[in-house]
Order: sequence, then structure tokens, then C-alpha cells
Amino acid sequence: MTRRFRPDVDAPIYKGRYYPYDILKEGTIALVVVSLLVVVCATLFGSPDEPAVTLKQWSTAQPLDFASTALAELDGSSGVAGYGPPYNHNADGQQIGPLTLAKWMGVHIPVNAAEDFVLLPLTTLPDEPTLSAGLQEWAAASDAQRTTWLNAYAKGTMTFSAGVIYDTATGDGPVGLFITDLTSMARTGALDADLIAGRGYYTTDYTKPLLFLADGQWFGQLATAQHLGGEQWGMMNEEGNYPGQAWLWLYTMWYQVPPYNSSWSANADAMVWATMMVLTAILALLPFIPGLRSVPRWTRVYRLIWREHYRDEAQRNAAVKDPPSA
Amino acid sequence: MSASEIDRQWTTRLRKGLAHHLPAEKLLPDTQPSYVSSWIYVFGVATLASMIVVIGTGCILAIMGPQWWHQSSVGHYVNSLHLWSVEVFFFSMVVHLWGKFFMAAWRGKRQLVWITGVVTFLASVTTAFTGYVSQTNFDSQWISTQAKDGINATGAGAFFNVLNTGQMLMWHILLLPLAAVVLTVLHVLLVRYRGVVPPFELTATDEVHAS
Repeated sequence: MTRRFRPDVDAPIYKGRYYPYDILKEGTIALVVVSLLVVVCATLFGSPDEPAVTLKQWSTAQPLDFASTALAELDGSSGVAGYGPPYNHNADGQQIGPLTLAKWMGVHIPVNAAEDFVLLPLTTLPDEPTLSAGLQEWAAASDAQRTTWLNAYAKGTMTFSAGVIYDTATGDGPVGLFITDLTSMARTGALDADLIAGRGYYTTDYTKPLLFLADGQWFGQLATAQHLGGEQWGMMNEEGNYPGQAWLWLYTMWYQVPPYNSSWSANADAMVWATMMVLTAILALLPFIPGLRSVPRWTRVYRLIWREHYRDEAQRNAAVKDPPSA
Repeated sequence: MSASEIDRQWTTRLRKGLAHHLPAEKLLPDTQPSYVSSWIYVFGVATLASMIVVIGTGCILAIMGPQWWHQSSVGHYVNSLHLWSVEVFFFSMVVHLWGKFFMAAWRGKRQLVWITGVVTFLASVTTAFTGYVSQTNFDSQWISTQAKDGINATGAGAFFNVLNTGQMLMWHILLLPLAAVVLTVLHVLLVRYRGVVPPFELTATDEVHAS
């Protein structure tokens, strides 16, 4: 018993002509042509290399933004402070319906925003008896007392003058001192050094300084000016007019459309990833999905791809039906 | 050792299997069916060619170290070559993928060829992404801080930390290229084993239109 031929699953046995084909020669020509194309593009367009920014640059360019972010790290209201896994337990992380994948994986890169970004760096400043006393006062205080100080500081008006952060707050305990000294520390570059080298002399892990940097407004403003913002198709872009990771267009697109940017926005990242995983599975398993695997036959684009073959076939068939007379 | 014992050896079986399924005429063919004359076939070869340029320029960057291209005009030029070879690679690969889709290139027991192609594309996307976050410049700072949320949301961020430049660089220059190359070799061997998919057969209606 023979099985029925399925045109979207089975392929006909080719009984036509074969031509000489030098696969190595073709490969070599392709390598030369591609190399030349790459050389031309690299010579004409180059590549972007905007230097990395630092906490020193941030605190110098926008000291009030830096100081406000430092306060948010200290009082627990910053993005990182309330992030959840994999950095801390202060939230559950995003979820896909009942699936809390980040929470299930747990905290593997512990970050305590107040300790790591504010208090520990301040302890490294030498010869600061007032600051040391303030840190001891903070360490000995209850959570309620700390909250009272933080609330008092937040009610004041923050200003920046002559290289120093000031605040009109009263009853803020050591908080004002922390913010002022941390900003001054950042402006010297010492905070960059501390956050980068905090784990030892040799390091390649920039998690903490990057998280701190990303909590402020300044970093996002720089990116928006380079049309790299999330609402500007974000990370698939590259500085200037370079093409960037154009192949991420579908992934980035979901962030621009409802419900991902509206009712699902709280879990947008998780939902976009879930969507992409489903679409990727469909793409990989396309040969097994009835209907979808028939699309190529229905669209008939193959007639364009193999147009020479079909023309030759048609001519050969016509010759067989109507052979030339002897 | 008897002949049957030798035949049962893993090495013997592998050698005989390779000789049977992938004889030299299949691995390095000197003829092709006449339908393999469309422009679309160029993009598969172009993908392989640009992959060689990507790896070659990447090797030069690896030899000189991750900071070299920021400090040297020659290094910057090599980085430009690396960037544009990646752009050509993905352009070729995407056109190749769409071409194979419209040819329904999975027909005739070629499903695994299609799947290895798709997985190679995914491995390549991840390789490129880790390269973008390993640049040690503003771009890598911004892309990594943006991308962390998506990866953290899947739970993978616990072990795949895009803010850890050293970890990303290792993935970019060793693990992922290794995966991409192995998958590409497997993909090409499967193509050689199964051959290039033949065109759809013309229906009676098609033949009327063609004549």
C-alpha cells in the first residue's frame, strides 16, 4: 500500500538535469565578495563608540538628580530597592499569569540598595569623624527612627551650590550628611572606584554601578537623546544612524503596542518573552503544523524563486507534446 | 578479535555510517540539480562566508583584548569590520530563512534541516546580543540595563547576568560562537545528506499557465 503524496511534507523525486557545480569555487567567490562588502561598509561608515559614562560624570552634570536617586536608594523607593529577584526579596518580580519565574529562581545576585549604594561606600571615606558618627547613629537607630529622618529630609528643598548639596530639612538626623557626602564622593570619582572594585582589585562585574546609574533620570535622558529609549524601539537601535540589532525588531515591537504597553505593562517583559517563546516554537516546528506549513504553496512565491526551472519544464513538456517534425 | 566484534565497535559503526550516509560525492558535490540556479541560493553561501569574516575579525579583537578598539584607530577599524560583517551575516541569514520558508524546504524528510537552521538563528541572535553588551561603552551600558528586565523576568537573570561584562564576554567569544558553529556544521551536513529540496511539482493548472 502506497502512502498519499502530501505536497507540504513530501518532496517529489527529481529526475531532471544536473549541471556542473564547483562548490569550493562558489564558496571562495562568496567569501571574497562578502569581505569586500564588509571592507567598503567599514571604511565608509565605521562603527559607533560613545564612551561609557560614570557616576562621576552623572553627579557632576546633574548633582540634584544624583542626590535624589541616592536618597531613593537609601529610603527603599528606587527601582532596584524594590526590584525583587534576582537582586532582593522586596518584590516577587514579573509574572506570566500564575507563573512567577523570577521568584522561583530566587535571589542570586544580592543587592541591598541602601547598604551597597550609600552606606558601605560612605564607610570607605577616610578621616571623616562627623560622617563616622552619623553612620554609627544610623546603625544604632530603629527602623521607625530612620523612616522619620528620611521623611523629614524629603520634606526639605534640595539645592546644589559651590559643589555641595544642601537641604532645608530639619530633624533629618544623619541623612542630609549622607546625601551631601555621597554626592561629593561621587563627584571625585571615588564612588565609581568603590562600586566597581568593591569585590576586589580585579573585576569584570559592573552590576552595582550600572544598577545605580539606571535608577537615575540622567542616564535615560542621554539614551533618549541618542534615540535609544524604550518608546523609541529601545535596545535594537544603536547610537547615531547605525543599524544596530535590527533582527530584534519583532521582540522590540511588542513593547510599543497594547496590551503590552497598557494593561500588561506591569509584566510587559515577561509577557513579551512568553510571546516570543511561543512564536519561536511555532517557527521551529513549522514543518509539523498543518495549515502554516502550506503557506509557501498557497502564496506561490516559489514560482518566482524557481522560475527558470518551471520555464524549462514547461518548454520540455511542450516539446514532448508537440515534437518537431522530422 | 573476530570480525563481528570489530563490526560492533563504536568506531567501526561510525565510520561505516558516515561512509554510507555522507560519501565524498555528497559532501563535496561537483554537480547540482538544474533548479539550484536561483539567486536565493546565494544567501546561504553568503551567510557562511560572512560568518567566517565575523569569526576572523572577532579573533583579532580577542587577541588584542576588549579595550584595544577604544584606544587604537586600527582596533576601531577592526571593530567596524566585525560590526558590518555581523550586519551582512544577519541580512543574509534572514533572507536565506525566508527563502527556505517560501520553498517549504522542510519537505522530503528535511524537517531537521529546518529546525537546526532556526536554532542556529537563535544562537546567532544571542551571540550578537552578548557582543553588544560586551562593548564596554555607552551602548553596552544602556543595552544591558534595558535588557536585564526581560531576562530577569524569565528567571534566567539569576544565572545569565547581562550587567556582568566578564560573564557576557565569555559567552560572546567562547560558548555561543561554539554553539553557533557546531549547529551550522550540523545544518550543512544535513543539507548535504538530504540534498537541496526539489521544487513543488506543477499542477495541471500551473502547466496551462506556464505554457
